[in-house]
Amino acid sequence: MKDIDNEELDVLVSLIHRQYGYDFSDYAPSSLKRRFLRFMDHAAIEEVGELTSRLQQDAVFFERMTQFITVNVTEMFRDPLFYRALRELVLPRLATYPIIKIWHAGCATGEEVFSMIILLREAGLLERCRIYATDLNALNLDKAEKAFIPLKCMKDYTQNYQQMGGMEDFSGYYTADHEHAIIHPTLRRNVVFFQHNLVTDQVFNEFQLICCRNVFIYFNRQLQERVLRLFYDSLAPLGYLTLGLKESMLFSGEHRRFEPVSAAYKIFRRKN
Amino acid sequence: MIAIGGSAGSLPVLAALLEQLPASVNATMMIIVHRLKNVVSDLDRLLSFKTPIIEPDDKETILPHRIYLAPQNYHLLVENEDAFALDYAEALHYSRPSIDVSFASVAAVYGPRALGILLSGASKDGAEGLQSIIAAGGTGIVQDPESALFDTMPRAALELCPEVLPMSLDAMVHFLQEFKISATHDQ
Repeated sequence: MKDIDNEELDVLVSLIHRQYGYDFSDYAPSSLKRRFLRFMDHAAIEEVGELTSRLQQDAVFFERMTQFITVNVTEMFRDPLFYRALRELVLPRLATYPIIKIWHAGCATGEEVFSMIILLREAGLLERCRIYATDLNALNLDKAEKAFIPLKCMKDYTQNYQQMGGMEDFSGYYTADHEHAIIHPTLRRNVVFFQHNLVTDQVFNEFQLICCRNVFIYFNRQLQERVLRLFYDSLAPLGYLTLGLKESMLFSGEHRRFEPVSAAYKIFRRKN
Repeated sequence: MIAIGGSAGSLPVLAALLEQLPASVNATMMIIVHRLKNVVSDLDRLLSFKTPIIEPDDKETILPHRIYLAPQNYHLLVENEDAFALDYAEALHYSRPSIDVSFASVAAVYGPRALGILLSGASKDGAEGLQSIIAAGGTGIVQDPESALFDTMPRAALELCPEVLPMSLDAMVHFLQEFKISATHDQ
């Protein structure tokens, strides 16, 4: 198997930063290397040197690569018991606010946003919610806005929904064509999708809940700490933050500014 | 680092291997087995014999002499000799965790101090990873295909990479005891 060594990675990362303004220098090297290798495989490029010189010369080629660099894998109701915990521990508190603002940071193609919408709808809170869903990858956001979900995944998602304790008929939330399930537009009225880069962009609103699951894993500890600070500053006092089940904030001094609501399901609350 | 991968039919062998290992194997182990996602799993407890098995969090520090298990629905990588990294990228060979992904990262970080073991399984995951480990100077072992409940996985590795050593369970246990000695000599 091909490999990229640390020096080659540094050259790639600084070229991209210099020429295109995207800063991947605090991404976790092991997974970032895999992303570059995957793109090289896709573009039939044998040597890292060839990748570097193509990137220097061809902005369209770079655009193509950005679609591959970000991890766009997602699921509806991934970790069903997490959603159950959210429903039992967090939604009753959110219900006390007249307007509930939620940020999905790193939303990929929107599957977790759609899961949240369904959860909020069943709790009778959806009308009061304003959901801001952001991602680095513009193509992801285009897909998310259409709310197209590959039909072949819906069987799994239906099982996840039922495990989560969903009581409705799951198929009532979407229409289907030959290839896609399309979440009903009426459910998506209070959602906006837009581009936001957690590495460089700033606070843009104040939220009662921020969901950022399985995004931190692509960052090194320094960047995780910076983004944790961004989330703290973006949360209302006592606002909630959720991370992926295997993501931790314990290594960071920032964790003292949060309290765990559910350690097992990685639900935290900003201290006052 | 000893990295062990397995799929269908591997759990009895894996359990027997862990149970028979001396308590003092002088290496860190990571186990990658294909497992269901989105269901509650007790696999970490089921495989805890002398040493409790750890499902590491992202960026968790790698401690010596511990046994780690790839969590459900993540790829498990080693960032460097000090820390794991998790990855939620595309499944490989329909698997996440993928054995190839973990083995390749172990090869890159540990080079000649990596030992990869591939057990029973009905997919070809792990063969290329074992090849990477051997190419980096490490050692590759497969469960003897004759004794494997599903022999696709060990056979795929043997076909791709003739240097791979096929071993019975007893031979593996014996080899790991020896591996302890050679690792001690290295230090």
